[in-house]
Amino acid sequence: MIANLLSAVGRSVRESIASVGFSARSFFTLLGVTPGALRRPSLISEQIHFIGNYSLVIIVVSGLFVGMVLGLQGYITLTPYGAEQKLGQVVALALVRELGPVVTALLFAGRAGTSLTAQIGLMKAGEQLSAMEMMAINPVQRVLAPRFWAGVIAMPILATIFSAVGVLGGYLVGVQWIGVDEGAFWSQMQANVDVQADVMNGVIKSFVFGIAVTFTALFQGYQAQPTPEDVSRATTRTVVIASLTVWGLDFVLTALMFN
Amino acid sequence: MNSAVPNLVEIRDLHFSYGDRSILSNLRMDFPRGKVVAVMGGSGCGKTTVLRLIGGQIRPQKGSVSVAGEVVHQLDTDGLYRLRRKMGMLFQFGALFTDLTVFENVAFPLREHTDLPEELIRDLVLMKLNAVGLRNAARLKPAEISGGMARRVAVARAVALDPELIMYDEPFAGLDPISMGVTANLIRRLNDALGSTSILVSHDVHECFAIADYVYFMSAGKIVAQGTPADLRVSDDPYVKQFVNAAPDGPVPFHYPGKSLADDLGLGAQP
Repeated sequence: MIANLLSAVGRSVRESIASVGFSARSFFTLLGVTPGALRRPSLISEQIHFIGNYSLVIIVVSGLFVGMVLGLQGYITLTPYGAEQKLGQVVALALVRELGPVVTALLFAGRAGTSLTAQIGLMKAGEQLSAMEMMAINPVQRVLAPRFWAGVIAMPILATIFSAVGVLGGYLVGVQWIGVDEGAFWSQMQANVDVQADVMNGVIKSFVFGIAVTFTALFQGYQAQPTPEDVSRATTRTVVIASLTVWGLDFVLTALMFN
Repeated sequence: MNSAVPNLVEIRDLHFSYGDRSILSNLRMDFPRGKVVAVMGGSGCGKTTVLRLIGGQIRPQKGSVSVAGEVVHQLDTDGLYRLRRKMGMLFQFGALFTDLTVFENVAFPLREHTDLPEELIRDLVLMKLNAVGLRNAARLKPAEISGGMARRVAVARAVALDPELIMYDEPFAGLDPISMGVTANLIRRLNDALGSTSILVSHDVHECFAIADYVYFMSAGKIVAQGTPADLRVSDDPYVKQFVNAAPDGPVPFHYPGKSLADDLGLGAQP
């Protein structure tokens, strides 16, 4: 009984380590074919357009509502201290430092990530990737690398859009609806949000999340067994693994960036 | 296979297994240049595995597969990709790129492997599509054409770079009789027009015998009979007779091997 349990735990640990090692090797393989993929920027821009279009609407709508909620909650929290003029600063910092990169990454995993996994998984199931290999075309370079870099580039752009629309949402609720002073809203934001320490760190975070989410999505699709059941399981795995990775990375990056 | 024509593909003493499960054993096959050679046998006998070994998608445990004088599994990735440029392969269900049109599918290998101007690529693609009778379907997506048409588009794509070796994996599976005849005729015509060598993996006796120069029969990972279609039609070999005449029982049993029905129902001899 105990021997069986130990054996099961040992097997599970060994498989987990092998899986991490295999993922790492796949990641470096993807990086290795990047120079070849970069020689054809049209493939990457095509995918940025595709991935960006997929996620833009949900990013804009979510950003607007998150900003509006922040405006309301921020006002309710700040008013007892007579600090409602700080609303613009609170909304902007919350968005550019945390909510913009993190929520965008989670939405990106759910929207574009699942789509990438399903697309690659179905290409594999339909023998399209094998056909490419038999045409002497490396599918990792031709199919995966352009999508990877498109995701990595699209994420900071989408996170920036999310934060910008969120600030607008906070402005609409805080200034236009509740009546916080417009000058104070913008001037506090301008005075207390640092481009380097806040905005750029947020952009760096979203860049790292873009790597994590897009690689997870592509890896899960590429490793899926060519059956409908496993492609659907891979799609679910993408959301779960990418989301947990984003939370973990966010904690590490926040600790490093903001001491 | 004794032929005065030099072989493009040679398989020698080939063994392949997935784990402990042996798929191919002691295989020896020759595929002479310019010929259409059919590899036939029941489902699961290892036919497609032979194609995958020739294409270098999997590696044998023992023996060798050589194509154009190069041992496939000894090549590095670059060497393998260089060799694959001499090959074209038709997958069982076409494996067309579903996000591209028929035209773009056929143009794909040309755009990837050549620096030809777009006007020339257009002309070449239209010629290939004309050869398979689908020039006027160039703008359609794979989802908008029938299975038989998709198979022909895949043939056009497989021969886009005028390969020396064309491999067909079950090209007749799921086709209606007309499409089957059209595809068979196309395989023979393209092989002769391009001067290439074709390997045809199929279990369709009528079509294969009509177009093949030589036929290998496989069962359980071994060659059980070989010869020209004319030889095999009059063969006394029980396996060939069962296969050619589509007999339900013979050397290939109807039932999957295992315990008898009596054993499963507990009706075996009591002590």
